Amino acid sequence: MSADVYLNVAVGGILTGLVYGLMALGLSVIFGVVRVVNFAHGEMMTIAMYIAVTLFTAFHLDPLIMLVPIAAVMFAFGYVLQKRLINPFITRPEYSQFLLLVAVAIIVVNLLLIAFGPDAQNVQTSYGYDSFQIGPLIVDATKLYAGVAAIVVAAALFGFFQYTRPGTAIRACADNYTGALVVGLDVKHLYALTFGLGAACVGAAGCMLLLIFDVTPAVGPAYTLLAFVIVITGGLGSMPGALIGGVLIGLTEAMAGLLFSPSAKSMFAFGILVLVLLFRPQGIMGKRTAS
Amino acid sequence: MIAALTEGISRRAALLLVALLAALILAPLFAGDYLLTVLILILYFAYIGQAWNIMMGFAGQLSLGHALYVGLGAYTAASLYVHFGIGPWLGLLVAVPVAALAGAFIGFLAFRFRVAGVYFAILTIAVAEFARVGFDHLSWTSGSSGLFLPVKQYAHNDLWLLRGHPAMFYYILLAATVLAVVFCRALLKSRVGYFWLAIREDEEAARSAGIDVFRYKMIAVVISAAMTSFAGVIYAFYYNNLFPEQVFHISRSIEIILGPIVGGIGTLFGPILGAALLTGLAETLTAALAALGIDLPGAKQVFYGICLLLVITTLPDGVWPWVAKRIGLGSRSK
Repeated sequence: MSADVYLNVAVGGILTGLVYGLMALGLSVIFGVVRVVNFAHGEMMTIAMYIAVTLFTAFHLDPLIMLVPIAAVMFAFGYVLQKRLINPFITRPEYSQFLLLVAVAIIVVNLLLIAFGPDAQNVQTSYGYDSFQIGPLIVDATKLYAGVAAIVVAAALFGFFQYTRPGTAIRACADNYTGALVVGLDVKHLYALTFGLGAACVGAAGCMLLLIFDVTPAVGPAYTLLAFVIVITGGLGSMPGALIGGVLIGLTEAMAGLLFSPSAKSMFAFGILVLVLLFRPQGIMGKRTAS
Repeated sequence: MIAALTEGISRRAALLLVALLAALILAPLFAGDYLLTVLILILYFAYIGQAWNIMMGFAGQLSLGHALYVGLGAYTAASLYVHFGIGPWLGLLVAVPVAALAGAFIGFLAFRFRVAGVYFAILTIAVAEFARVGFDHLSWTSGSSGLFLPVKQYAHNDLWLLRGHPAMFYYILLAATVLAVVFCRALLKSRVGYFWLAIREDEEAARSAGIDVFRYKMIAVVISAAMTSFAGVIYAFYYNNLFPEQVFHISRSIEIILGPIVGGIGTLFGPILGAALLTGLAETLTAALAALGIDLPGAKQVFYGICLLLVITTLPDGVWPWVAKRIGLGSRSK
């Protein structure tokens, strides 16, 4: 194989990794603020993917255009889920939260199974087989669009947390829970807002990922795991860390698929996780005090 | 020793215990094939739940990858049998150390760097998933196409090679579960047990009180892994087929821990009650949906998920503490 092949696969892996990063960003934001680990994260993404598939099949609406309304729907889902179901659990032990979200995940996976059946579905966009050629480099149009969209959404989220009042208030909650209560912030609402934003992120990521991969009800748990691996690799609670972790894992999976066998690719992602926990348990971008 | 173990058990609790044990011993005489299968499943989960509870309920370390130890036990014993004709009880002598080593490896990685809580849980999932994909590509155990144990019609039960009627497996699992409960109670009453509870409640305080936290967490994970691998050996010889995709999968790990959580974390009877409730629930749902003529894949799991939600939101400490109160057994006799 020539060097071109490696380069092409690497670029494809990095672009897919950006979408993985956005998915993980949702998990990271939720954990960083609400301190709840969303064990139904990948399952929430499959909800968004199925909405996108349905809209595409019925009305031929492009997933990238429907990204904003679908993210809004997922935001509402996340907001209600946190406010109604998860909020009483934020002070409970981890295993209790775990069981709650596993129950949610089981329900989501199987409702999707009832509604859509077990077969893989995908979207056939008009640009599905297009590619751009830059010198020796060939880039799939779908991966390029998805990667760029992931950067745009992530940038919007950074902007929200840096420059808006609710964004600042959420960061205040994350830094000092008691302090936030003292100055009169509505923490319950802000937590729900955060969970909603995390759900919107993963919803948007689902729309992008649909351009690259098929969706079945059963892929949810695999994406949940992948999001964990990425977030811990990058550093739990670190927003740039999630994107960097995503790119690293995307690249690793792509190269492992090329050099070994595609079915073994997730082994390398877990291998990286073990290495990170061994040598840098706080993650690439994490602070030492994180754990 | 025996006096120390029975100390603190009220007369009422002792009577109920003897009655339950008698019922369980006699059950195969009356149960049909179907019911016996369900009872085996309950005991299987009760036993593993007990093992998992040592790590989470006693020492406070959340493991979400116990399928790893089941799988290692199952694959080690089954491979030795298939390749070298070594029987399960001798295979156990290899399978248990293998699983204990895997547990020690995870514990060493995590506890040395004080990887705790969620991080630790994810590490356990990661190692189990690593093993799943690894075994998928391991040709010695036939990879993803599965490892099969030879099945023949047996005129009599061969206890030494574990070939025979389900009732044999029932009694083995029953004995294992009873021994596990006794063992766990002995642990709880011992020095180690008190150290674990101290670590679970407040690790920093335990450390400043002079407890070697690393050492006792390692003991917990090694004992738990070793106990779990025995269930793996039984699994292999009961089902006679092993697929990495099934044995090591994350959903198996979740199945293992639902029983103790629903039953009551850190209690001795929680894992048993939880296993009985959840297995019973799943079987009832299957029967009910069949009776209603609903043939929707996924419908059963949706109801199962809803029931889990109801339990965790109404009885966050588990069902056993609530039941114990109702039948007049205080929290003392847990």
